[in-house]
Amino acid sequence: MSAHTSTMAVEGADRWLVREELHAQPGTMLGFWLYLMSDCLIFACLFAMYGVVGGNYAAGPSPKDLFELPLVAVNTAMLLFSSITYGFAMIEMQRRRVNATIGWLAVTGLFGLVFLGIELYEFHHLIHEGAGPQRSAFLSAFFTLVGTHGLHVSFGIVWLVTLIVQLKRWGLTDSTRRRLACLSMFWHFLDLIWIGVFTYVYLMGVLR
Amino acid sequence: MRLASTASLILMASLLSGCNLVTLNASGDVARQQGDLIVVSTVLMLLIVVPVMILTGWFAWHYRASNKRATYAPDWHHSTQLELVIWSAPLLIIIALGAVTWISTHTLDPFRKLDRLDAARSVPADVKPLKVQVVALDWKWLFIYPDYGIATVNEMAAPVDVPIEFQLTASTVMNTFYVPTLAGMIYTMPAMETRLHAVINKAGDYEGLSAHYSGAGFSDMRFRFKGMDGAAFDQWVAQVREAPAELNRDEYLKLERPSAKEAARHYGRVVEGLYDAALNLCVDTTKMCMRDMMAIDARGGLGLANVYNVARLSHDAERRRGQDVARPDSYVTSLCTVPPDAYMSPVDPPSYGRVRLAP
Amino acid sequence: MTPASAEPRSELATLLFGRLSLDSIPYQEPIIVVTFLVAALAGISVLTWITRARAWGWLWRDWFCSIDHKKIGVMYMVLGFVMLLRGFADAIMMRAQQAMAFGDSAGYLPPHHYDQIFTAHGVIMIFFVAMPFVTGLMNYIVPLQIGARDVAFPFLNNFSFWMTTAGAALVMASLFIGEFATTGWLAFPPLSGADYSPGVGVDYYIWALQIAGVGTLLSGVNLIVTIVKMRAPGMSLMKMPVFTWTALCTNVLIVAAFPVLTAVLLLLGLDRTVGTNFFTNDFGGNPMMYVNMIWIWGHPEVYILILPLFGVFSEVVSTFAGKRLFGYTSMVYATVVITILSYLVWLHHFFTMGSGASVNSFFGITTMIISIPTGAKLFNWLFTMYRGRIRFELPMLWMMGFMFTFVVGGMTGVLLAVPPADFVLHNSLFLIAHFHNVIIGGVVFGVFAAISYWYPKVFGYKLDVFWGKASFWCWQIGFLFAFMPLYVLGLMGVTRRVSHFEDTSLQPFFIVAAFGAVLIGCGILASLIQFYVSYQRREQLRDVSGDPWDGRTLEWATASPPPDYNFAFTPRVHDIDAWWDMKRGGYVRPTSGFIAIHMPRGTSAGIILAGISAVLGFALIWHIWWLAVSGFAGLVGFAIFHTFNLNRDFHIPADEVTRVEDARTRALAATGA
Repeated sequence: MSAHTSTMAVEGADRWLVREELHAQPGTMLGFWLYLMSDCLIFACLFAMYGVVGGNYAAGPSPKDLFELPLVAVNTAMLLFSSITYGFAMIEMQRRRVNATIGWLAVTGLFGLVFLGIELYEFHHLIHEGAGPQRSAFLSAFFTLVGTHGLHVSFGIVWLVTLIVQLKRWGLTDSTRRRLACLSMFWHFLDLIWIGVFTYVYLMGVLR
Repeated sequence: MRLASTASLILMASLLSGCNLVTLNASGDVARQQGDLIVVSTVLMLLIVVPVMILTGWFAWHYRASNKRATYAPDWHHSTQLELVIWSAPLLIIIALGAVTWISTHTLDPFRKLDRLDAARSVPADVKPLKVQVVALDWKWLFIYPDYGIATVNEMAAPVDVPIEFQLTASTVMNTFYVPTLAGMIYTMPAMETRLHAVINKAGDYEGLSAHYSGAGFSDMRFRFKGMDGAAFDQWVAQVREAPAELNRDEYLKLERPSAKEAARHYGRVVEGLYDAALNLCVDTTKMCMRDMMAIDARGGLGLANVYNVARLSHDAERRRGQDVARPDSYVTSLCTVPPDAYMSPVDPPSYGRVRLAP
Repeated sequence: MTPASAEPRSELATLLFGRLSLDSIPYQEPIIVVTFLVAALAGISVLTWITRARAWGWLWRDWFCSIDHKKIGVMYMVLGFVMLLRGFADAIMMRAQQAMAFGDSAGYLPPHHYDQIFTAHGVIMIFFVAMPFVTGLMNYIVPLQIGARDVAFPFLNNFSFWMTTAGAALVMASLFIGEFATTGWLAFPPLSGADYSPGVGVDYYIWALQIAGVGTLLSGVNLIVTIVKMRAPGMSLMKMPVFTWTALCTNVLIVAAFPVLTAVLLLLGLDRTVGTNFFTNDFGGNPMMYVNMIWIWGHPEVYILILPLFGVFSEVVSTFAGKRLFGYTSMVYATVVITILSYLVWLHHFFTMGSGASVNSFFGITTMIISIPTGAKLFNWLFTMYRGRIRFELPMLWMMGFMFTFVVGGMTGVLLAVPPADFVLHNSLFLIAHFHNVIIGGVVFGVFAAISYWYPKVFGYKLDVFWGKASFWCWQIGFLFAFMPLYVLGLMGVTRRVSHFEDTSLQPFFIVAAFGAVLIGCGILASLIQFYVSYQRREQLRDVSGDPWDGRTLEWATASPPPDYNFAFTPRVHDIDAWWDMKRGGYVRPTSGFIAIHMPRGTSAGIILAGISAVLGFALIWHIWWLAVSGFAGLVGFAIFHTFNLNRDFHIPADEVTRVEDARTRALAATGA
């Protein structure tokens, strides 16, 4: 809704105009959330694609032959932990403690890096075995879905590092706080997507 | 505005007088029903479109600014009754049209077997439908008649008043099979099969074409569709059978390479299972058939053991378009040996010259 | 081009230039060479003219780096017009080819060229003509209509515009370097896959649309937030102008539809570049998935284009009938219903693919249901005219053209929604006639109505009426000549995208259609002349009042052209048609007591980022990997660099506001208003 000013009460010349500077409500959170929803739709398409061709192994390997659940479980844990630590960073931000915020952000980034490392190891291993994205439609969809998520995490880490630098330079200003909140939404959103990937691709792929 | 519409009406009338609106005046029962549906739907919609156009013209004229005698009500902006009418009038039309749509979509479903030859006659119990297998190649049409063991390119014949059952697929990209006078379009897609049921009611030489753009030779991807009475059709079959050319796997692989403006061609003999192999993209016997691949996949694939069972289709680069391809096409290789080509030997092929159709 | 197996390239050349070589430049095709010369001459003369006028600094500072929504809006319209000329050139070439190529005559275009032209025509007209027009209108008008000073994210707005332009630039580059796609405007695989389209055409298509798509998506987010968060006090949702409503719905559609396009083009791009198997024939790919996904974007796209113009017509008809819009509430609900339903109809674009009868009838009937709210809208416009005092100024003329043309297009659309009828008419020229009927009759007429309606707001003088009428009649009659024959041809079983016909009896129809296209060309020319003549006569056509049409919504409450800050004081809204309400309620324009106004600051970041994106796209198209990697790194690096720039806003001092407003006070006094 737009800025609320009781309109009907105002009479006379000011009936038609706001005489003072009117501060529009900040829209960044809404805007960023809308962007995330659009991103969510991209993932929805990738999930749909995986749903349609995920069983087309082209007489090659299937999830049961390829996925190592323990490794993926560790991976999932890394990302979930990173979400928790980001939460701690946000709590510290509310308490206006810059260094603690930066510390938790760094921990979050580390977890993110470990997640990415494990994912890259998995990809490398699969490609090395001959199960690259070109081998079957299933593998194409798998690499694209998981890879797109991984790419998002990489961007998240770059962004996180940028924010750490900015926090060091400027402290907790309005703009850094706003950016931290945006990245927070982004990071949790990626977590959510990963839950979907883990369940739909890995768990259902191996256990079905 | 009025000038323009009058001009267009005159233009339309003069143009229409000299042309053959094949979709509204088809020689096949299915296309005829589809054409009738176009007319019915148009009339239904004109019920609302014509009043709207008249009202628009009238309001625009009557309430022009210079007409000071017309009522001017600058604040009149709502009327519940009127709103009811303007929402429900289109609604009623759409309910009627929706009902027509639901019924006609089911009765004219291309996958559904015909139950009538035309408005007056149902399909006689003793008539054997004509089976035709269609493969859309780059850029020509292959027709295989499995009951006769013959095949043709860019020419198709069918006996009048006999249901035709098409099985359709494509070798490389999507096309649509379209004989305007016979029935509506249907996609032909590689590794997939669509079906079409139709009947031709009037003998004649008609045009068939691909209606879905498929590349450089698309414009000339046309064929003749010949409706013939039974005896003439039998004769045509006999004539094709005489043709010396034989369609085997090698010949097919040559045929499927891109070429345009191909003249009609007849094959007196066709190998067993060729359409099936074309549908499953395994006319080249080193390739695994899609059917087998899907069956294997349904059982969970072949594991890492089969991961390298992939070959380059380098000898077949001609099939694809453009010679400067850096990445040769690859495919999953076949696991089984395919028996050598055996030509079809039709048992008791239907002869439509002798069929007596119910009046 | 597929040069016949030239000698293998050296590894160094491949490393440096990827697939790009001298052979990629189609200098052996005279048509393209001449086009290039003409374009180069025109380009050089424009550049020289700018240089001689010493306008570079002004252009760069006041336009290219501007984050003012009004200037960005104008730039979008200019982009749309430039691309319209290109798209129309394609159209007239196709019409000429089809009017010539019968029997033994092959026409003047070989299939390879013709196929690029119809693909480019579709892509350009939808993505780089209609979209910029629509986005430009929303950009300019929406903040004014809701009483805001700018959009929610002014920098993003500038960035969006330049990304759209970068996409357009790539499409234009394909004309002279390499080739464009020969696949049709939606590039269905397997035809668009690496196997059957090995050249760079489809890559141009993919990357141009991806880059422009980023712009479109961000501008969608931007305008939603603007409308949701920045409305003037008192303007509740149900008091918003109808154009703003349609803009809101359109942008919701953009945000909900364009990601699907991004995803599906990403997958196609991976198939082509990396060798994945989403849409290939072997290895379990599924091309039908592409067709579904692209139409899940594609159908809402149709409504993205038409909805804002429905809004324009609503504004125009109530202004020129001098009467409040009939059935505002049902108009709003109709818009919302169309927005939602537009997601439930995509399959009607391929009934002939062989889905079952129940699936087909479901999608057929949902499509027909859309005609109910659309019909309600038409009736609402009709009853707005009822008991009005209609002034047939230019915008109203376009409105009338729309009313008559669009109902026919709507009717044939519903006809195509009946699956068995569609089996006959799908991919036929009837279909072509139908969608040109709605897009020209709806979108183009709407855009021209909008241009002639808001032109005095943007530039402070009205458009010349004579040339406006000339343009209108050329378009209207040209449309009839160009597309009525196509309806007939469609019923004769003639299909689309054909570059050569055997049946010479069809030729007269195509000649008539080509004549129609020439008339439409005259229409475009007339509107260009109109801009020129109006500029020459600007003093006679001047409007000082800021409200030349006796308007109803807030954009008419401020000066023409509006000052940078739009409104010296933010208006308060009490009713639908806020400005009409103000005029009747004894509003007096304030002449003193002005305060400083907080405004966003211009930046060159948008144009730089978009420039890098264009280079990145070009590198990806031609497989110049070193350039792609450095382009990508540059993009990320510059984006990060930009986040360190906190110098993003400033205050227009109260003195400055007073100076601007006083100037207007004097001007108004001079005209005795």
